Parts: sequence; structure tokens; C-alpha cells
Amino acid sequence: MRIAAGVRSHLSRRVAPLLPIVGAVAVGFGVCGLIALWVGLSPSLMFRQLLQGAVEGPQLFETVARAVPLVGMTLAAAIPLRAGIVNLGADGQLALGGCAAAIVALYFPAPDLVRLGMALAAAMVVGACYAALAAAGEILAGVPLLLSTWLLTYPAKGLCGYLVRTPLRDPSTAWPSTARIAVGARLGHLIPGTPVNQGFLLIALVAIAVIFLDRHSSMGFELRLRGLNERFARYGGVALNRQTLGVMIASGAIAGLVGAIMVLGSQFRYTDGALTAPQYSWSGTLAALLAGGEPVGSVIAAVLFAALQTGGFAMERSVEIPRVLTMVLQSVIILFLAMRGAIWKRA
Amino acid sequence: MTYAFFNATFFDQAVLGITPILLAAMAGTLSERVGLFNIALEGQMLVGAFAAVAGSHFGGSLQAGVLSAVAAAVVFSSLLAVGSALLRGNDIVIGISLNLLAAGLTSFLLRTLFGVSGTFSDSAMLGLPRLSIPGVASLPLLGSALGHQNFLVYFSWILVAAITVFLNRTPWGLRLRGIGEQPAAAVALGADATRYRFLVTLLGGALCGLAGLQLSLGSLTLFSENMTAGRGWIAVAAVMLGRARPLAVAASCVLFGLSDALGLRLQGEGLPNQITDSAPYVVTLAALVIAGLRQRRLTGAVT
Repeated sequence: MRIAAGVRSHLSRRVAPLLPIVGAVAVGFGVCGLIALWVGLSPSLMFRQLLQGAVEGPQLFETVARAVPLVGMTLAAAIPLRAGIVNLGADGQLALGGCAAAIVALYFPAPDLVRLGMALAAAMVVGACYAALAAAGEILAGVPLLLSTWLLTYPAKGLCGYLVRTPLRDPSTAWPSTARIAVGARLGHLIPGTPVNQGFLLIALVAIAVIFLDRHSSMGFELRLRGLNERFARYGGVALNRQTLGVMIASGAIAGLVGAIMVLGSQFRYTDGALTAPQYSWSGTLAALLAGGEPVGSVIAAVLFAALQTGGFAMERSVEIPRVLTMVLQSVIILFLAMRGAIWKRA
Repeated sequence: MTYAFFNATFFDQAVLGITPILLAAMAGTLSERVGLFNIALEGQMLVGAFAAVAGSHFGGSLQAGVLSAVAAAVVFSSLLAVGSALLRGNDIVIGISLNLLAAGLTSFLLRTLFGVSGTFSDSAMLGLPRLSIPGVASLPLLGSALGHQNFLVYFSWILVAAITVFLNRTPWGLRLRGIGEQPAAAVALGADATRYRFLVTLLGGALCGLAGLQLSLGSLTLFSENMTAGRGWIAVAAVMLGRARPLAVAASCVLFGLSDALGLRLQGEGLPNQITDSAPYVVTLAALVIAGLRQRRLTGAVT
């Protein structure tokens, strides 16, 4: 009896926190169903297309390919979130990282494989430095990260847009983009015949490292401590400023890496706006919020959101419902969760 | 005409750039004073901008556009009012999701209602008419900027004065400030904190709706996706810089409007627009850093 009760209470402890999330997801789907009805479309058909488009046959690989950058951007959002910090500037770090990777992969004089490695490293360094700029603003001048990270995305995107329009422009294309990167300096296919590239391995490595550090290192402990109670963390001896800087560097490096993976693994050139158009930083922020910054939950949420995005493409093709509806769905889920106070109680 | 870097067009552009930010920043100021951190200004503006175009297109008149901009933004802000003021959810998370919801929803409706993506414009749609103030409009250099604008431009400046008087000279303003500064004390004295926060959020929604109206029907007559382009966030920065005092906030908005116009002016001089478009954001960040450093020096704050 006591064992059964113990199991029951253990289960309810594990399951109870998930209930508001399930409820919010249900509300999100409900709202989108209503929107579909309102514009004169069948919700059941819409959801069937969404599901089939995400997992059926070769679509599953599309979902996996889409999950790679999305998991990366989710981790970039989740690491700061774990400590109660919001990095809204991932788009700028992503663009700068992708642009830096393209420049190194195109022009650095070294053998192909070395160039590939240098390109990945350069992207991470550039992303990290740009994020560190925002951290320095908060530490030295008290400019809130929430604001500075967002505002910094505009100059970053502007700079990359300028570079590929003027000095780096490939005149043989109609788009503002760099030249094509040589085959040897690209990330190759992981599963031949599918869009899944070796970036999968890099992001998997990052995810494992983040999960391990979160659970088993003092860094992870201090991060969670701050997220739960910043004042307690300060009195407990956590060097908050150093932590802010470290968290932003990690977050920016991951965002930069995602930019490099997109450029080196699937687009093979940096085209203005092409990295930010799929709005991975959007979905990533929402997925990380859904899991409250907990890394395993964040990865799961990111994969689900990737499936939703892939399904959205199929839905748009077959029943002509704009796929941006899946973005509405994602934000409604988080909105509802936040309104119920299930994410981050008011400080 | 003789060449002048700061010509009449420059000041006209500056005033046009200031207006939407100023309206949104006044919404942010009221929120801040009642103790809510409103970062959903951007999303509310975007909803207002879309509704203005939709109302004016389907309603066939400018009045319909104005009404639907305000109504849609108020309805949208009620989500914030319920979540933040009533249920006391985390205003940052609610704000982020509202901003993203606004971007997604307006893109979705642009495709389903107008059947286009990117930008919608309709040549039959009327913009807000300009009204001339006799005497002022004929001034050299600044005449058009100060005396030949639409009613929203004039309204935004009257609003700054009205909010200053309201906050500092009326009992409701006193209660509002009290709720923001010492909620427990204000409630003990009989002020209904929830009601104040709720109403201020809805009023903020109306002001953001007007800000959106100015963006889509003020000088142009079109809606394009994410046309707010961070102006809501610049308004948040202005509230911070002015420490939620209406006149100081307005002064910050003027600074950002001037930098916006400066960017456009430099573009006219042949600088690439990808670089000059960054001017308002860079100026905003620089202003925040300078203000922050000064603050630290004055208070000798340690962290």
C-alpha cells in the first residue's frame, strides 16, 4: 500500500507540472482551429495535413533537418533563461555568425577541412562577442539585456546586409548574397538523399554538453539557483556579473554556430535575410519558455515546434492555409501558460 | 534652392519619426508609473497599424480606419490586461509572446484577408490629412514640420502635457503613482490597484493603436509585415531614459526621431541604407549606455 502510494505521489509530482503545458497546447490548437473556421477552412483537415506533413515518409527527415537549427536556437535561448535572463538578440548573433562563417569559408587561405573548422570557430567567436557586448552593457552601465539584445539585432542585420550587397556581392546571382562556398569546405550530408547534414552531430554534441553541465556541474547548479532566486544566489556567493557574461557568451556562440551550420550545411552562401527568415529565434525563444529553460524539455519542445513548422509548409501547399498560423499557435501556447502564471511567477 | 544638410524635409521626417514612438512611449510611461513593465508596445502598435489599413480598406473611410486601429489595439491589449494586471502573470513572458503573436497574426491576416504577403497598399485608401496651423506653417525651415502635420502629431504633444498634468495634479494621478511606488500603501488607502492597472493597460492599447495608425496611414498608406521595426522597443527605451517622467520621455523620443531622420538624410547623401537604417537603434543604445554610466557615477552604485 505504502509503496503504491509512494509511486502515485512520485508520479503526480512528475506529471502535475506538465498539466498546464498540456492544457496550454490544447488551448493553442483550439484557438487555431477557431481561426481556421473563421476564415472558412476545415480545422480537422488542417490538423491532419499538419501532422502528415510533419512525420509522413520523407517529411520526417525534413522535420529532423529543421530541428537542427531550431534545437540550437532553443538552447541559445534556454541557457540564459535558466538564470532568468532573456536573450532576444539571437537573430543578430545568428546573422553575424553565418556571415563570418561564409567569409572564412570563402576567403581564408587554408586546406578545405581546416577552412571548415575555422569557419565554424569564427562563427562561434563572432556570435559570442556580439552577445558579450550586450552583457557588458548591462554589467557596466545597467542597460537591461532584454532591451539591448533586441536593439542590437538591427545593426547586426544591417551590417551583414551591407556586406553582401557591396564588398562580398556575387554578381552572378540576382540576390544579395556571397559567392558559393567550395564543396570541400561545406558540412556534408549525414544521411544521403535527405536534407539532414553533419550539423546534426554538432548540435547533438552541444545539446548533450548543455544537459550534462546543467545537471552535473557547479556552473549548472549556480545557473538554476539564480533562476529560482537571484538574491539567494548572490548571498550564496554566485558571481552574478561573471555569470551574466558567461551565459551570454555561451548563448551567442551557439546562435553563431547555428548560423554557420545553416550557411555551410544547407545554403552554401550567405544570402541577406535567409538565415532569419525561417524565424528560428522566434520559435526557439518560445520553445525554451515552454520548458522554462530546462534543457531536456527545451530540446523536446524544439523538436515538436520543428515538426509544427514542417507540417505548416505541407498545410500551406495542400490546403492553402498560410503556414504563419503555426507561429500564431506557438505564441498562443506560451501566452496562455504565462497568463496562468505557470512560467516564471512574478518576482 | 541652396544646399542645406538640415533642410525642411529633414525636420518633417523627424516629426513623422517622433510621433509613433511618442504615442507608444506615453502608453509605456503610464504603465511604468502604475507598476507594470509593458514590453508589448511593439505588438500593440503592429496590430493597430494593420487594423487601420484593414478598417480603412473594408470600411471605405478614414474614420473606419481610425476606429478599427484603436479598437483592435485595445482588444489586443486586453490580453495583457487580463494576464498581467488581473492574473499577475509574468509581464515579460506575456509581453514577448504578445509581440510574436501580433507579428504572426498580422502576417496571417494579411495573407487571408488581402491575399498578399509582404506589403499591402490600396491607392483608394486615404491617409491622415495634414492640417495647417496659420502663421506657424509659413515659418521658414520648420514651418512644415511644426505647423503642417496631421491631427495625430498635434494630439501626441497635447497628450504629453495632459499626462504630465494628470499624473502630478489630479487625485487619480496621485493614486496611480502610489500604486506603482507603494502598492500595499496605496491599497490600504483605498485605491483599487487591479482596476487602475487594468484600465491603464487598455488606455495604453488605445495609444499604441494610434501609434500604429500613424505608421500605416500617417505619411504612407500601406501595411507591411513587421513595419513597426523595433519602434515599440525604442519607446520602451525612451521610458527608461526619461525614467517615466512624461516630459523627459518625450525629450528622448525627440532624440530618436532626429536620429531616424538623420539616417534618412545620410542615405540621401549616398550612404548605403543598410547602414543608415541602424542609426536610431545605435543612438538609442548609446543614449542608454551614457545615461546608465552617468547614473552609476552619481549614485556610486556597486553591483
